[in-house]
Amino acid sequence: MNDPRQSMLPAACRLVVPTMAVLSVYLLLRGHNLPGGGFIGGLVMASALVLRTMVDPKREPKIDLITLSGAGLLVALASAAMPLFTGRTFFTGLWGGEIWLPAIGKLKLGTPLLFDIGVFIVVTAVAAKLLLVLMAQSRTRDN
Amino acid sequence: MPADPPLIALPLVLPLLTAGILLCLRHAHENLRHGVNIASCAGLLAVAVMIVARVSDAGVLALHSGSWPAPIGITLAADHLTAAMVLITAVTGLAVAVYAAAAGTGKFRGYFTPLYQALLMGVNGSFLTADLFNLYVWFEVMLMSSFVLVALPGGRAQLEAAVKYLTLNFIASAFFLVGLGVLYGITGTLNMADLSVKLVAEQQNDLVLSTAVLFLVAFGIKAGVFPFYFWLPSSYHVTPTPVAAIFAGLLTKVGVYACVRVFTLVYSAHQDFLAMILLPIGVLTMITGVFGAASQFYIPRILSFHIISQIGYMIVGLGFFTRGALAATVFYIVHHILVKTNLFLIGGIIGRRTGTQALAKTGGLYAKAPWLAVLFLIPAMSLGGIPPLSGFFAKFALVREGLLLGQWAVIAAALAVGLLTLYSMIKIWNEAFWKNPPAGDRLPDRKVPAMMLAPAVALAACTVAFGLFPGVFMDFSLRAADQLMDPSSYIEAVLDANPPDSP
Repeated sequence: MNDPRQSMLPAACRLVVPTMAVLSVYLLLRGHNLPGGGFIGGLVMASALVLRTMVDPKREPKIDLITLSGAGLLVALASAAMPLFTGRTFFTGLWGGEIWLPAIGKLKLGTPLLFDIGVFIVVTAVAAKLLLVLMAQSRTRDN
Repeated sequence: MPADPPLIALPLVLPLLTAGILLCLRHAHENLRHGVNIASCAGLLAVAVMIVARVSDAGVLALHSGSWPAPIGITLAADHLTAAMVLITAVTGLAVAVYAAAAGTGKFRGYFTPLYQALLMGVNGSFLTADLFNLYVWFEVMLMSSFVLVALPGGRAQLEAAVKYLTLNFIASAFFLVGLGVLYGITGTLNMADLSVKLVAEQQNDLVLSTAVLFLVAFGIKAGVFPFYFWLPSSYHVTPTPVAAIFAGLLTKVGVYACVRVFTLVYSAHQDFLAMILLPIGVLTMITGVFGAASQFYIPRILSFHIISQIGYMIVGLGFFTRGALAATVFYIVHHILVKTNLFLIGGIIGRRTGTQALAKTGGLYAKAPWLAVLFLIPAMSLGGIPPLSGFFAKFALVREGLLLGQWAVIAAALAVGLLTLYSMIKIWNEAFWKNPPAGDRLPDRKVPAMMLAPAVALAACTVAFGLFPGVFMDFSLRAADQLMDPSSYIEAVLDANPPDSP
C-alpha cells in the first residue's frame, strides 16, 4: 500500500462511498414525482457497496445478499397487500401524512414509498451480488 | 361486479410471497424448503378451485389493480379459459413440487424452490393478464426463471441448451415487442379488451395484420410450432426431470394460450386471414413433431418431439375457429398438460429405477415393475388417443369439427399423426418394459420412493377421470369457447369504468 497509485483509490473511496450512500437514499426519496426512485437508488447503493469491496475485499457486505433480496420482495409485497386490509383493491395507494426533510422538501408517506423501498432493497442486493460474484471470479482467475 | 376481487390476484401473490420467503430460507434444511414449496402449491390449488367456482357462477372476473380503471391501469381478468388454465397449472405445479421434493434438487444449491415459484407466478400472470404489454412482462418473468433453471445445474450440455433456449426466446421477445410498438402506434392502447373494440375500425389497415403475424411468430416460438420448434427438443432433455416436466407441461402451452387469447379477442375481425395461416402451420407442426419423435430413442427426446406434434392439434383447433373446435382446443390443452407432465415424471421414475432413460440400455421393466408399466400406459395411451382416456375425447372433438367443416386433408393428417404417436408410445413400451434387458451389463435396480410415485399416480387418476366423465369437462370447455367466440362479456368486465372502490 505504499505505492501512491494504490493509495489513491482508498483515499477517494473514504469520501465517495458515503456520498454515494447518501445520494442513493436521496434518489429513493425524491423518486415519486421527480427522476429517481427505488431502482436507480438501488443501483447507486449497489455501486457504493461494490466500490468498498473493490478497495478492500475483506469489507464485503456482512449479510447474505440473496436473503436480503428475498426480504425486499416481501417488503414490496407488503405494500401492495396493505390496501386489502382497508377493503380496497390490491396495489391501491394509501397515503398517510407528510413530513418535511432537508434537501428533499415535502415527503408524502404512503404505501407507494414502501413499495419503492422494497424495490430499493431488491435492486441493491441483486446488483451488488452480481458484481461481487463476477469480481470474485476474476480475482481467483488472476491469482 | 365480483364480490371478492382480490381472489384473482392470489395466483400471483402467493407464489411471489413464497419465493420471497424461500429466498430468505435458502440455507434452511432442504425438507423445510420443499415443505414450504409444496404447501404454497397446495394453497395455489385451493385458490384455483375457488376461481373456477366463482367463474362458473359469475362469469368473467376482473380486478383493476391499484383501483386504476382500465385501460389506464393494469387489469387482471379471468374467464373460463383462464380459470381452467390456472387450475391445471396449480395441479401440475403441486404434482411436480412433490416429485421434486422426493427426487432431490441438490444441484440447484437452494435456488430450485424460489425459481420454481417465480416460474409459476410468470405462468399464472400470463394467463390472468388482460393487457398485452403485461403479457410480455410475464413472458419475461417466465423466461428468466426458466433460463436459470436450465443453466443452474451446470455442465456443458446444460449451458448449451440454456444458450439456445435464451437466444430463441429473446428473438421471440423482440418480435413481440415490435408488434406491441406498432399496435400501440395505431390504437394508443394495449389493453386487450380496449384493442378488441378499437381494431374493429381498423379492419382495412394492413399494418394491423402485420402485427398479428409478428405476434404469431413470437407466440409460435414460445409454443414450439413449425418452423420455430427446433430449440425445444434440444433444451428440454438435458434438464433434471422436475424441471423438464414443468416446462413440458406448462411453458409451450402458455404460447398456445397467448395465441388463443390474442387471436380470438384482439383480432376477432381478422379470423379468415389467420385461419389461412394457422391451419397449414398446425398441420406441419403435427407432422414434423411426430416424425422427429419416431427417429428418437431417448425417452425425454421422444416426449419433447411429441409436445410439438400435439401443439399442432391445438393450433388446428384455433384455425377452425368454430365453437366446437375452440372447445376441443381448450380440452386438448388441459388434457395435454396433464398427460405430458406425467409422462416426463414417469420417464424420470424409469431413469431412477434403471439408471438410464436411453431405450437401448433398458428393458425387462414389465417383469420387475408391472405397476410402473400400468402407470406408463395410462398417459401413453391417452396421448395416442385410445378410448376411453382423455386424449380420445380431445381428438374426437377436434376431428368431428373438422369433418363438419369438410377439412379432409387436415383430418387425414390429424389421424395419421395420432397413429404415429401411438407408434412412439408403443416403442417406449416395447423397449423399456417388454424386451429382455440387454445382455452383458447388469442394470441397477434401485427402489423408487413412494413420494416420487404419488404425483404420477395422481396425474394418471386425473387422466382417467377426464376419460370417465368427459361430459363435465367438455361442458366447461364449451362455455369457455362461448366466451372466446363472443368476447363481449370479457370486454365488459375489463372495461367496466367504475371499479367498486375507485379512489
